[in-house]
Amino acid sequence: MKSFNYVITDPVGVHARPAGVIVSVAKGFACSVTVSKAGKAPADAKRIFGLMGLGIKHGEEVTVTCDGADEDKAISELEKVFKENL
Amino acid sequence: MIEYLGKAVYESIAIGPVCLLEKKKKRITDARAESVGEEAEKFNAARAAAKADLEKLYESTLKRAGVSQAEIFQIHIMMVDDLDFEDAVMAKINEGFNAAYAVSTAAEELASMFSAMDDEYMQGRANDVMDISGRITDHICGVTGGVSLDSPAIVVAEDVNPSEIVGFESGKLLGLVTSKGSVSSHMAIIARSMSLSCVVATGVKMDKSYEGKTAIIDGYEGKIIIDPTEKQLKDYTRRLEKQRADEAFRRSLIGRENVSADGKRMEIYCNIGKSKDVSAALENDAHGIGLMRSEFLYLDSSDYPSEDYQFNEYRATLEAMAGKPVIIRTMDIGADKKVDYFNLPEEENPAMGLRSVRICFERPEIMKTQLRALYRASVYGKLKIMVPMIISVDEVRWVKKMAFEVRNELKAEGIPFDDKVEIGIMVETPAAAVISDELAEIADFFSIGSNDLTQYTLAIDRQNSRLENLFDPRHKAVLRLIKTVVDNAHAKGKWVGLCGELGKNTELTEFFLAIGLDEVSVSAPYVLKVREKLLSIDSSNIDISKYI
Repeated sequence: MKSFNYVITDPVGVHARPAGVIVSVAKGFACSVTVSKAGKAPADAKRIFGLMGLGIKHGEEVTVTCDGADEDKAISELEKVFKENL
Repeated sequence: MIEYLGKAVYESIAIGPVCLLEKKKKRITDARAESVGEEAEKFNAARAAAKADLEKLYESTLKRAGVSQAEIFQIHIMMVDDLDFEDAVMAKINEGFNAAYAVSTAAEELASMFSAMDDEYMQGRANDVMDISGRITDHICGVTGGVSLDSPAIVVAEDVNPSEIVGFESGKLLGLVTSKGSVSSHMAIIARSMSLSCVVATGVKMDKSYEGKTAIIDGYEGKIIIDPTEKQLKDYTRRLEKQRADEAFRRSLIGRENVSADGKRMEIYCNIGKSKDVSAALENDAHGIGLMRSEFLYLDSSDYPSEDYQFNEYRATLEAMAGKPVIIRTMDIGADKKVDYFNLPEEENPAMGLRSVRICFERPEIMKTQLRALYRASVYGKLKIMVPMIISVDEVRWVKKMAFEVRNELKAEGIPFDDKVEIGIMVETPAAAVISDELAEIADFFSIGSNDLTQYTLAIDRQNSRLENLFDPRHKAVLRLIKTVVDNAHAKGKWVGLCGELGKNTELTEFFLAIGLDEVSVSAPYVLKVREKLLSIDSSNIDISKYI
């Protein structure tokens, strides 16, 4: 299991476009990918409703966790996606 | 004649027959289905068909309105495909409900999740969920999809969703009027990017008797006139003809150089607020950003915007402009642009008070954060930094010293930046204009802020509506100061732009050209208007004495 923390800098938070990018990247991996923030149940990053349902805002910290065979590659790809889009 | 007043989305006139866009007739009941397998099959088939529609919509929107407008349909595809959504629908089907009911109730549950969120943006996503739900249930119920116009018409509707607006055949949709809606909705943004005559929030009745009647959309005043008088029809027809001829001609100027008839150059740039405005600048063929008002980053925040937040905005702007010059003004908070978290004292005369760079002298960390963000972004394009409200050489020195410190810090931290970023100043106080010879030695460029320069030169508060008649930016005092500034800058080999309202006044284009102004920056819809004027001017034949 691998994970990283990230503080959202995008002014609108995890809005539709970056959420879409995260979902499409997460779906490309066999391992499980979850996103969690304090006070909410973790969401499956392969599901757009779950991810947007977290209501992640500017300035909030999230934890992204990958668990499975290709977790190393998945975590580095996702970290890139978060940095570039959020 | 019936008139409805609403909010103008796009300044354009349209005339044509009314086509009432009724909600599609579709009856969904909670009737029990006979076979779970059949309903699941219906759902899957409808879902595949909806996805195919969305892929087509994505392609057509991409062509007609650009990638940023098309993205929404990719999101819709993901929503249609989403496993949470599928689980919710299948759960209802397994309970024995019919497929259409299962889809609409599952969607309602997801929509209510968004509606309940304490964030306006997320609340708005409920519409996206209902949009995809409607699309899938259309297929289940066999309602022929898409709204089609057999001949050109003005569409009048309660409300229109983004996928409907791009679903109309190109050329058949003359204009759009909605009863509800807002100017900041996704639909309105798309209408604007399609240059579609559009008025929303009119409260127009969906009255059957309107169908087929002639209507006029006045996208300037924000109104629709149904069954106009002969005189109205004649007047608006004349305006429409002129509008068409003007637009066609202006669009033909895209790709042309910014030069006068005899080949004298004056660049035409665009004023923007945030990075998202760049698309409008590029659509109108702006050759650069002459003013990015960074204070919008402060106005839209509930606390001081962080370095990273600013960096992302500046970088996005620079990247989108792909190497064309981008002049970013450091924050101009104060006067009429107030932010609570700055905790500024109440002032008798805020326009002459503690504003913009003057705040930074008291709170240097604000300027420092902004300069760090700007320099970090500088490697992504051609950045120029501009400081407002300058009145003395020492002030410019203060800013340049801080820029020097920031560059040293970044160097020490190993963060890349462009060390040739020009640092210029706004000339918007009479003081700066009068000593522009001295300022030209230290500033890399000038940009004339004609709105404030007029207000301060004429001692007329531009917020005071009773003084509107006296607020004359063509006053000789203002135009003479502008000429002085240009002469002083050129004597020191520096360039001068102008980024106030005066730039879009095409009656002055020849004056600006004659005095040698290097660049004017105007809002997006005026870029081609100024270019049109510029191309018609013979610079060898201008008498500037009548202006000054």
